[in-house]
Amino acid sequence: MNKPLRRIAIFCGLLVLALLVRTNWLQYVAADSLNTHDRNRRVQIERYAHERGNIIVDGKPITGSVETDDTDFTYKRTYVNGPMWAPVTGYASQAFDANQIEKLEDGILSGNSDQLFFDRTMAMFTGDEKRGGNVVTTLSGAAQKAAYEGLGDKKGAVAAIDPQTGKILALASTPSYDPSSFAGYGNEDAKAWQALEEDPDKPKLNRALREIYPPGSTFKVVTAAAAIEEGLVDDINAPTDTPDPYILPNTRTEMVNHARGCENATLNRAMEVSCNSVFAKLGDEVTRDKMVEYAEKFGFNNPKVDTPVRAAASVYDKKMDRPGNAQSAIGQFNTATTPLQMAMVTAAIANDGKLMQPYMIDKLEAPNLDVIKKNEPQEMSRPISAKTAQLVQEMMENVVTKGTGGNAAIDGVTVGGKTGTAQHGVGNKKRPYAWFISYAKTDSGSPVAVAVVVEDSQGTARDDISGGGLAAPIAKAVMQAVLDGKK
Amino acid sequence: MSVVTNTTTIGAIDAPSRRNTELALLVFAVVIPVFAYANVGLALDGELPPGMLGYGLGLGLLAGVAHLAVRRFARYADPLLLPLAALLNGLGLVVIWRLDQSPRLIRRSEILFDSFSPDAPKQLMYSAIGIALFVAVLMLLKDHRILQRYTYISMAAALVLLILPMFFPAVNGAKIWISLGPFSIQPGEFAKIIIAVFFSGYLMVKRDALALASRRFMGLYLPRGRDLGPILAVWAMSILILVFETDLGTSLLFFGLFVIMLYVATERTSWIVFGLLMSAAGAVGVASFEPHVQQRVEFWLNPFADETWRQSEQIGQALMSFGSGGTLGTGLGQGNSDLIGFAANSDFILSTFGEELGLAGMMAVLLIYGLIVERGVRTALAARDPFGKLLAVGLSGAFAIQVFVVAGGVMGLIPLTGMTMPFVAYGGSSVLANWALIAILIRISDTARRPAPAPASPDVEMTQVVRP
Repeated sequence: MNKPLRRIAIFCGLLVLALLVRTNWLQYVAADSLNTHDRNRRVQIERYAHERGNIIVDGKPITGSVETDDTDFTYKRTYVNGPMWAPVTGYASQAFDANQIEKLEDGILSGNSDQLFFDRTMAMFTGDEKRGGNVVTTLSGAAQKAAYEGLGDKKGAVAAIDPQTGKILALASTPSYDPSSFAGYGNEDAKAWQALEEDPDKPKLNRALREIYPPGSTFKVVTAAAAIEEGLVDDINAPTDTPDPYILPNTRTEMVNHARGCENATLNRAMEVSCNSVFAKLGDEVTRDKMVEYAEKFGFNNPKVDTPVRAAASVYDKKMDRPGNAQSAIGQFNTATTPLQMAMVTAAIANDGKLMQPYMIDKLEAPNLDVIKKNEPQEMSRPISAKTAQLVQEMMENVVTKGTGGNAAIDGVTVGGKTGTAQHGVGNKKRPYAWFISYAKTDSGSPVAVAVVVEDSQGTARDDISGGGLAAPIAKAVMQAVLDGKK
Repeated sequence: MSVVTNTTTIGAIDAPSRRNTELALLVFAVVIPVFAYANVGLALDGELPPGMLGYGLGLGLLAGVAHLAVRRFARYADPLLLPLAALLNGLGLVVIWRLDQSPRLIRRSEILFDSFSPDAPKQLMYSAIGIALFVAVLMLLKDHRILQRYTYISMAAALVLLILPMFFPAVNGAKIWISLGPFSIQPGEFAKIIIAVFFSGYLMVKRDALALASRRFMGLYLPRGRDLGPILAVWAMSILILVFETDLGTSLLFFGLFVIMLYVATERTSWIVFGLLMSAAGAVGVASFEPHVQQRVEFWLNPFADETWRQSEQIGQALMSFGSGGTLGTGLGQGNSDLIGFAANSDFILSTFGEELGLAGMMAVLLIYGLIVERGVRTALAARDPFGKLLAVGLSGAFAIQVFVVAGGVMGLIPLTGMTMPFVAYGGSSVLANWALIAILIRISDTARRPAPAPASPDVEMTQVVRP
């Protein structure tokens, strides 16, 4: 009987071997995918197991943590002035995961990042309780407040950047939501979440980063910059050879001017009163491919503008025909941009042609406030020369002193801006978007560039909707807030 | 004359009893769980658990009593079996105690049953009874061949034990329990041993008939119809268990056990082929109309599917538990294996090992089980009588299949069947039955390794020597 016995011994060995192979598979090969599985509550549990670190603005936390008596989640996230800061923080919910900074820097905030390894090891010896590190942002509380309160109950967004560094100073989006309303996982939280999901105004949408709008006339600064850089215009005060009405190339369609005196207007004058014909013609002369090139240098068509929260890609169509390009040159047709993108365009012009990478995380701190990582300003590209940039600045400053942007003027400070009123909807029937982009300049260069978009605003007669009327005052308030902070 | 000296010498050498080896190993088997216990306490409360001394003493006492019983009643027994079983039992106790401390499980129990009572003290009591049974078996069963007398009584007893649960209400979808007043017993655990006794006795008598009286057909030896009868009966029995008690595990265990023993008894590979064919036919047949089995297969194939998740998160949770453990584990007391909820400390206790002790711990635990099985088969090889061989291989085979079926089910290797991990899982029947099983294996190994009694006198020996 011993031969079959030996075989049975081998068989039993194989059974154990199968189990050993399986446990290796589960715990080594598949461990990562199981650990990050959507169904794995450990991710959530770990996120709230220790006091979560905070997101900091101006040295003060805009988030918090409260201890709960729950068996799964020891702590729950709270927010200070949640709706105002939601476009910056994102949310961290026990039931609905997290997004934006709360998600991207979860490792630091929850204290589980490998970057905190040394800190955790030290804490093990000192007996300190494990807790999360802080994320210090570049934002300015005053600018954010000005932006958020300026938007008020209007629908819209504001993005403000420090042109010299790329630091994001304000990032507001309305209507907004309070991330603390669904931070837990109870019925109340589910109800709040559901209501936000079903809201037709999409309060959870971060309009400053994730929504793209036709930029309208504000895009003319890009066309102007391209035309000067390409040598099509040497003197901004020399008349351009522009007929009125201007017929779009290869069509019989007339490019409508809302302003008067656009025939052969100088570039400066065309900017001042926002002549469509002049810029459409220039855009056509620059040619589509060159326009695409300049737009892309300003950041268009880039799906990876990471602040680190990824902004939606702004679009300048690469394949459209000539009339399409001419229309796109005045910010219509297929051109669409995020508010952040227009702030970047403004910032590049204000910074003498140097575009800085926009970012909103200044540094990451360990729980003991040691700096783990500090972000330094980085140049993203140089779309235009300093000379070109200064000419465009001259025109934009002229817009504020003499033209459509008067509402943004600040006493004793040089301000350049551009209004925009973008048509959209079938047959351009919907209420237009009111745009305003501007920068302020002091002796030490420009401290702030801002882009404001206001969607459909109820109670305002359609003809009155213009960037100058609705958006410019908000931009002014944001610039003022930044300037006051510099004093 | 030299020849005479040789024969007597072989018999007279006193083989080492290895009892001291066993004692040394037992020290480890007690100390390791005590350290694990301290580890849990430190991780959960930051201090040594208050019951540590009592627990250590209790475990040490149990191991000591078992060791003394082996020293007294089975001096030549295999030295590994007792320490390995004691180690598993001790570790199981620690993990059960650790799960008792889980706020999640406490709250779950309070919501479902309005009360919570820790399981570790009960398991400690079961372990004590288990050791008592172990000692009793060694004391009363002087020779395993006595069991041969009870072949057909065993059969009757096994049938009763297997059929009884049919008349009791199903617990969590499987009818594997009989309740006597405050006690619930899982008769399947005991039936495993009794049925091995029956098979051994039966096959020892019938093995020649089964092996030799057969026709050769296509390279296989086909048994005669009348020899097929009992085999078909066992097969039908396991199918009935599956259908009426919806107990896939027990069904698989008995049929697998029978095939293994049949193969060992007859040395005919054809029986394995028959066994596999019959179990395949049975499995497909039952699975095609038994929703319970279909559901288990569905859970196994898609553990994370929405539908599975709605009905039972268990397998998915167990898999994630293993994954979260990774290579070295989270450390005792620091995992979240209690997310499994139901049966976290019985059927699914292995996931806590996986999560908190990691891949390293799991490999160690599985190898301990592997060692027990291989020591059992080694005992079968060493046994001198066919009944002992069959019984030893039957018991170790049943043990191996049970370990494979449970661990494989929890780890998602095969469909989950609802049996318990021997020694580590919470449950009185399981602990008792497995201690009895180890006791019988120790008895057989003692008989196998015991030196033959010295001849009465050289003169008698002389007359027996046949010179070449």
